[in-house]
Amino acid sequence: MHNLFKSISVRKAQGSQFIPDLAAAIPVGFRAKPLISEAPCASECSACQAVCPSRAITLAPVQIDLGRCVLCGDCESACLSEKFSFNSDFKLASTSRESLTLSAAQPSIDPVRVSEALRRRFGRSLKLRSVSAGGCNGCEMEINAWGNVNFDLGRYGIDLVASPRHADGLVLSGPISRNMVSALQTCWDSIPEPKLVIAVGACAISGGVFADCEEVDRRFLETFKPSLYVPGCPTHPLTFINGIMGLLGITG
Amino acid sequence: MRTPLLTCNVNELQHSALPEFAAAGAQRLNDGERLLTLFGRRDESGAGEIVVTAVFAPPGESLAVLRANAQAGEHYPALTANHPSAQIYERELWEQTGLIPDGHPWLKPVRFEGERQQRMADYPFFQVRGQEVHEVGVGPIHAGVIEPGHFRFMCLGEKVHHLEIQLGYQHRGVEALLLRRPPLALAANVESACGDSAVAYAWGYCNAVEALTDTEVTFETEVLRGIALEMERVAMHLATLNGLATDIAFVQGTGTYGRLRTAIINASQRVCGNRFGRGWLRPGRARGITEALRLDLIKTLGDSATDVAGINELMCAALSVKARFHGTGVVSRKTAQDLGLSGLVARASGVAIDTREQLPGRLYAQRPIDSLTEAAGDCWARMVLRMREIDVSIAWILAILNDGAYGLTADHFHRDVLSAPLRPKALCVSLIEGARGPVVQVLETGNQGQLLHYKLQDPSLANWFGLAMAVRDNPISDFPICNKSFDLSYCGNDL
Repeated sequence: MHNLFKSISVRKAQGSQFIPDLAAAIPVGFRAKPLISEAPCASECSACQAVCPSRAITLAPVQIDLGRCVLCGDCESACLSEKFSFNSDFKLASTSRESLTLSAAQPSIDPVRVSEALRRRFGRSLKLRSVSAGGCNGCEMEINAWGNVNFDLGRYGIDLVASPRHADGLVLSGPISRNMVSALQTCWDSIPEPKLVIAVGACAISGGVFADCEEVDRRFLETFKPSLYVPGCPTHPLTFINGIMGLLGITG
Repeated sequence: MRTPLLTCNVNELQHSALPEFAAAGAQRLNDGERLLTLFGRRDESGAGEIVVTAVFAPPGESLAVLRANAQAGEHYPALTANHPSAQIYERELWEQTGLIPDGHPWLKPVRFEGERQQRMADYPFFQVRGQEVHEVGVGPIHAGVIEPGHFRFMCLGEKVHHLEIQLGYQHRGVEALLLRRPPLALAANVESACGDSAVAYAWGYCNAVEALTDTEVTFETEVLRGIALEMERVAMHLATLNGLATDIAFVQGTGTYGRLRTAIINASQRVCGNRFGRGWLRPGRARGITEALRLDLIKTLGDSATDVAGINELMCAALSVKARFHGTGVVSRKTAQDLGLSGLVARASGVAIDTREQLPGRLYAQRPIDSLTEAAGDCWARMVLRMREIDVSIAWILAILNDGAYGLTADHFHRDVLSAPLRPKALCVSLIEGARGPVVQVLETGNQGQLLHYKLQDPSLANWFGLAMAVRDNPISDFPICNKSFDLSYCGNDL
């Protein structure tokens, strides 16, 4: 009897945790979207490039490739000219790899456009198989959070499934370590057609900080182009959720 | 003062030949010293010479280093033959340098790196023969959202006779990568070596490069780093408790621990911009806690402490939880010591080792934190120890935040740290007690202060073998809860 009352009191303390409007959520403090100012660079300065761990920055004009950026903010503190700042806009996903490059002249990412074909097939039910191929357990823990009591992605019929045979698509995290090439291919081959790939995190999109490692082999993505690129290091659950809702035309 | 750091001039270290090195190492192990790490690197002269380093922790003292010069392909008598705690280090030494420990019972690659990449399928697993023996292989890809690893069970009926663990799928070449970038700009790289322990790794890295550049940090910076680390410990322990509840279908635990972890990691994000503490610590500095954030953290952590206590009480009282965890996956104290297990899993088997107590450094010497143990060494002990460590860490942070003795608001940033030269010909050993146990980082510099070697070692490296021992004679259906109760890192092992 004591346990029953205890259980009720724990449930009461839990309250209602789910975020009703995932598009309007505010992840306070999240260092998310880079902003690049018009301020001129100090002459011959490349301090931002020197500290950037993933070669995400190019100069003249200053650009940040969100497909590479790990949102560490080290460029912000290294810069002598206050070129960089970050805000908490988590809507960073894109269907186009190219549109992930930001600059003072191009400060925004193209909003994810609805794919009619994907909406018709998967708009009410999308089952995904996650594969970590050299990930660091950052993106993996955030992928696990998609279905938790806060984000509750299952409300839209989007779930992670155990078997690739039950899946409509692959969620790839990690830069694709050579030692995972074979297992990744087997998993992909096991997913029935039609199917899609979603690249989650800087590692999956570009190799991230591991892009230049010879222990990484990214040829899988040359053959199978992602339908959605979801930046971050790790990817914030809200970034993925808003990206996939945009792609499938889910309005909440 | 005993510090989690040892810095020395390599010219002042005695370099022995490999057989003498092995004998001296065996002597230290015979004397009851713990082996913290043992590894090798090819010498900079490239003459086929290999430099071997071993770090020991004598009881109650600071660290001791042994060094050897060896020739490529040289044999030596394996320490593992008499001291199983050396098994994983000698395997790694063999895999990375080709030195051969004669008498090692199981010279298997740790992570299939270098020439062995993508050759895992060639590996001959242990085979147990007998009419009723069967094998079950699972992974590298598992049912849940989890990192890859392969587990090969040799079973007699339902009972696991032995488990062989094969890792390396996450190998990305982290150690080699760390030598290719500016040594003062490695924080983000180190944070992604094992992304769920970003703070522990970043702090160990910062300590090392600060020692090598003679950079002093204020006590307030250390306090901020301690708060970051203990919040990471709380969040990771809550994640494990969430997983344990999920794996036995204790549904209220899943929902509640998940929600409580979210509150902690979101608080980390409010301080440093990231739910995993990335970017909080950098060489020479740490992100500050403003007065508003101080009050916010006091509220968040205080509420969490109350709610954690509630769900803990419920979970510990549930008969179904007791039935699954009591007596399951036992690692005896002797086994834990023999295998050189460390961190939480060692403490759950009654081995009182904790870097924060034995090598507290400036912060934990001035602000001690209780190091706890459990005696039983089973899944229950590992669960309960996590619950108790959460309580202690939250209380420790709250005491600091409440007494207002430190100015935590300053964001200490010295731009010149980024370009400071590293001290030449130095060896620096840095230890931080992360959520799983001691994260060991060893940096060695050459004549010009360039980094020659960056050794990273997650506590999981040695602890994986503890899991293999824990499941022996258990039903195979209990493997998931044994695995989750250890909650070891795959990427931290594979690097």
